Amino acid sequence: MNFLNLIIIAFRSLNKNKVRSLLTMLGLIIGVASVIAMLAIGQGSRDSIEKQISGLGTNVIMIFPGASFRGGVASAAGSALSLEMEDVEAINNECQSVKYTSPVARTSGQIIAGAHNWNSQLYGVYPEYLEIRSLEIESGNMFTEVDERRASKVCIIGKTVVENLFDEYTDPVGQKIRIRKIPFQIIGVLKEKGQSGMGSDQDDMILAPFSTVQKRMRGSQRNVQQIYVSAHSEELITKASEEIDEILRQRKNLAKNDDPPYMIRTQTEIVEMFTSTSDTMIVLLASIASISLIVGGIGIMNIMLVSVTERTREIGLRMAVGARSRDILRQFLLEAILLSLTGGFLGIGFGTLSSHVVSSFAGWPVIVTSYSIVLAFVFATAIGVFFGWYPARKAAGLIPMDALRYE
Amino acid sequence: MSSNKKIISVRGLTKIYDMGEVKVHALRGVDMDIQNGEFTAIMGHSGSGKSTLMNIMGCLDVPTSGEYYLDGVNVKDMTKDQLARLRNQKIGFVFQTFNLLARTSALENVELPLLYNPGIKAKERKEKAMHALEMVGLADWRHHLPNQLSGGEQQRVAIARSLVNDPVIILADEPSGNLDTRTSFEVMEIFQQLNSNGITIALVTHEADISLFASRNVIFRDGRINREVKVENVKNARLELEALPTDEDNYL
Ligand SMILES: Nc1ncnc2c1ncn2[C@@H]1O[C@H](COP(=O)(O)OP(=O)(O)O)[C@@H](O)[C@H]1O
Ligand SMILES: [Mg+2]
Repeated sequence: MNFLNLIIIAFRSLNKNKVRSLLTMLGLIIGVASVIAMLAIGQGSRDSIEKQISGLGTNVIMIFPGASFRGGVASAAGSALSLEMEDVEAINNECQSVKYTSPVARTSGQIIAGAHNWNSQLYGVYPEYLEIRSLEIESGNMFTEVDERRASKVCIIGKTVVENLFDEYTDPVGQKIRIRKIPFQIIGVLKEKGQSGMGSDQDDMILAPFSTVQKRMRGSQRNVQQIYVSAHSEELITKASEEIDEILRQRKNLAKNDDPPYMIRTQTEIVEMFTSTSDTMIVLLASIASISLIVGGIGIMNIMLVSVTERTREIGLRMAVGARSRDILRQFLLEAILLSLTGGFLGIGFGTLSSHVVSSFAGWPVIVTSYSIVLAFVFATAIGVFFGWYPARKAAGLIPMDALRYE
Repeated sequence: MSSNKKIISVRGLTKIYDMGEVKVHALRGVDMDIQNGEFTAIMGHSGSGKSTLMNIMGCLDVPTSGEYYLDGVNVKDMTKDQLARLRNQKIGFVFQTFNLLARTSALENVELPLLYNPGIKAKERKEKAMHALEMVGLADWRHHLPNQLSGGEQQRVAIARSLVNDPVIILADEPSGNLDTRTSFEVMEIFQQLNSNGITIALVTHEADISLFASRNVIFRDGRINREVKVENVKNARLELEALPTDEDNYL
């Protein structure tokens, strides 16, 4: 029997039971749709996390004081003094793979400009900080090493600060503001950067020379709150972080196995940390969704079995007019495959649709990848073959005489 | 008739249904020939083995012992697939219960056997099915579904289906069993018409007046041929139909 006739036969008999065909497909439609939607949402959130973390800067390595909490116990004593200015110098001078280094002194407080005031974060940094964080100056200039040496009271402000302190007719560059009562001169404005990966406003910040903040606002403490480093290239991030660890261990007389009183985090690690949690979520959600795929498959098998029983006389008749066992087998298998393929198609449609509905309502990003569509399709067909096989075998195994006489 | 070729020849045919404790001897040694162009009626009481013989002749079942030649070919030892092929190309079956596919148009029902014949293309299939429907006078009913047709019309569609593959013989097991007298006669009229066109027909019936439309009667009893009669005055179904009182006559 030729394949075209087989398709005609299978299609006609599905077409004759439209409602039942649709009901049979329903489980599979829902299964495929949820797999598609889950993968789309997962992929979307993964992408946006990656994008936001890449906004951290270029090849960034961050060094924090304090013990890394291994085994839940902070082991190193005196963590307050764990990072010092000398460490910054050492990293800058001795680590081959490190391009830029900048200590960070952070404080927050009220900023006053004329009649306006605003609360913001003030970061004391080296001029290189701009490069490390991939920040750009929109107007004015960045402060220089001279400002750093002199501890000049100059600052660069972000867009959010500008909006809250000045009206749109005033050029902030050159204006005087008071940060925690200390007068600063604005010498530049940062280009807008938007929300960060963790939802904070990256434009709500003020940059000033490190020495200015450290000496004038943090009481000349020796300790450094944080060190930002950028490696020469992406490939060198790991090497740079190893070099930094080595230098710091040397300086603090730590043995190889001692827990250091500082933490080194690379950008890659942070990306991995976040994407691995979102990957776990994707796998979890997709496996829940694929359970509904299997349930859908069992639904197909169930209905196909009912269908074989119900159509016993039809099968008998087909055999009486010349259908061979394998024609019957193929017919029922093809019906199952047609059902699951159509279900797969509709499921992909619904899944894509609902992903976009979710994204427009909840504001989550969704990305329907062609990979997930292919996956859903292959899965649906496999399920059709797998769950259609048993009923089809049952149909093909009928004896024409008995089937014809079946009541 | 035109030639004396044997379409069917059975020798010493037996069939035993093994029901575990009891063995039912449905056929106890049957010898029978059917010549090309013959119109044979097989008669007998219920349970005498008529259907069993029909099913064996239609290659739907295999005998326990004995020989069966269909169109000169020994059917014994054929595989299931070869039997399916024989059913597809040499035999037309008409059932008591019509056995039309539900929700399937008359034309598509008639097409069915041809769908299992890979040698026949779509265009030829349609033409043959239409021609078969014309032969039973239902060309205009081709798009009707079985539930839109009367019992007689459904059986005529089934007859069209049985002749669409140009079979060497049409086997009809009590084709008028579910029909009233008038429609029975209409169906017999079609069989007579087909037979006069040279088609060989074997038909099972337990009604004596139906058997008189055939030219030869074979009477079964307890799995054996009891006797065989050549019908002297074959009744003409069309004339009998005309002689039947019409519905109006009954009401008047
Ligand atoms: N599939 C079967 N299994 C068991 N016994 C059967 C089967 N088919 C028919 N028989 C028995 O075989 C005998 C002949 O049946 P059948 O050929 O149908 O007779 P008829 O058609 O003349 O009424 C009966 O006794 C019947 O009960
Ligand atoms: Mg019978």
